[in-house]
Amino acid sequence: MSANVQNTDKAEKRAGVVKYLSFFRMKFISGLQYRAAAIAGIATQFAWGFMDILIYSAFARSDPSSLPMPMEALTSYIWMRQAFLGLFMAWYFDAELIDMISSGNVAYELCRPADIYGMWFAKTAATRTSRAVLRCFPILLVAFFLPHGFAMNPPASAAAGALFALSLILGFLCVISFGMLVYISTFYTVSSNGLRLILVNIVSFTSGELIPLPFFPDAARRVLELSPFAAMQSTPYMIWGGVMAGKEALFFIGLQLFWFAVMTVAGKLWMKRALVRVVVQGA
Amino acid sequence: MQYKASFFMSVFGQFLTSFATFLTIYFLFQRFSNVDGYTFSEILICYSSVIFAFSTAECFFRGFDGFARIIGNGEFDRMMVRPRPLVLQVMGQRIEFTRIGRFLQSIAILIYALPASGIIWTPDKIFALALMIIGETAVFTGLFIIYASICFFTLEGLEFMNVFTDGGRELGSYPIDIYGRGVLIFYTFVVPLACAQYYPFRYIIGRTSDIAALLTPVYCFIFLIPCYFVWRLGVRHYRSSGS
Repeated sequence: MSANVQNTDKAEKRAGVVKYLSFFRMKFISGLQYRAAAIAGIATQFAWGFMDILIYSAFARSDPSSLPMPMEALTSYIWMRQAFLGLFMAWYFDAELIDMISSGNVAYELCRPADIYGMWFAKTAATRTSRAVLRCFPILLVAFFLPHGFAMNPPASAAAGALFALSLILGFLCVISFGMLVYISTFYTVSSNGLRLILVNIVSFTSGELIPLPFFPDAARRVLELSPFAAMQSTPYMIWGGVMAGKEALFFIGLQLFWFAVMTVAGKLWMKRALVRVVVQGA
Repeated sequence: MQYKASFFMSVFGQFLTSFATFLTIYFLFQRFSNVDGYTFSEILICYSSVIFAFSTAECFFRGFDGFARIIGNGEFDRMMVRPRPLVLQVMGQRIEFTRIGRFLQSIAILIYALPASGIIWTPDKIFALALMIIGETAVFTGLFIIYASICFFTLEGLEFMNVFTDGGRELGSYPIDIYGRGVLIFYTFVVPLACAQYYPFRYIIGRTSDIAALLTPVYCFIFLIPCYFVWRLGVRHYRSSGS
């Protein structure tokens, strides 16, 4: 009798081990697939960076005196734009939140103890950070070691590096704040895709996603540099490359702080009114 | 009513996307007088033909882009049992309105570019332009077909293919020789975009008077053959993997 119990014990243990082994195998294989996708993603970003540099190099070669910013700053700009794409990308919106708003389920969020603005701010910030963190280090590291002309360059000075870090964080906060304004605007539209497409295009173009701000016509550049859009992505890269330095850099960092404050306060106030509307409509 | 507003905003938004790329090139040429000797008006020919060809190919053949989704949710299995040719069915999937918007805009850009380029359009040049556009469309179509075929083997890492489709459009906005010999060779012999976009283009702008330049788009059509084989390979692999 006890021998049987022992055998079933052993058999159970073995079954248990087999279960864990197959679970491990499953997770390992899916982890590899995830890794393959991540590598493909990074390779894609490198390809795009190369293409951008090729285009600008061709222009720089033909007419070097017309370059509005040093080529070293430009290549750094291009690589950082790729590396931090997850952080600043104007095109990304959380489908879950959009859904919640258009279906009216946002009313359920009101039951939670934390304030919605803060919750969504944290959520969108976390999503973007996690997307960027994995990609930015490999891209930047490899970019430093590329051949001359394609390589990422160190910051213009130690001070520039420090200010860059501050500016990057502020720029990121501005992007999230602005994103919140876009989410709140969807409270007022039944089908928000059109409006968002327009806003995203404006933001992406004016924040330097397609072409760095120094390449804009001078008058347009001066205006745009004061806008919240430049605060979102352009300023940190300009500081790194030394295009904005010293007092000028400090001024634009201050501007980033200003826009962050303005957009956050506006967002919170607007959110309150939009939520009142939701409750009143009995969503 | 709100949906109509959103639709028009989507169309306008789509216009902004295309316009932004055009503005980028415009800004560059406000500063730089030329790129490798090519002027803005010459670039306009290149750019408008590539955008038009890409929009055309995308409008009809990028159903293959949402392909991952079709395979994932089993719809492709249903397609396989229907009597209509598979290629046609997949094509019909995604003729989206935003793409039609982009297609119309590319026509507008082309109409703007033709007189603005300052080229005197003699019959041989018109013929060359037609070959350019048709050849470019063939190349992009082939690339979209390859994209879909990859979906049969893996749904991961598809975004790298965009380097050739969307990337091809970006690089193709300028004459492909400005990127160096290596890139030109790749786009002549591997993905024959240059055979449509570059060699006939040089004839149009008068850099060469060799009629042979007009024959190169033939390679673009030959390119479609291996693309179709890859597609058939993919279908066979999908069938045999017993889904």
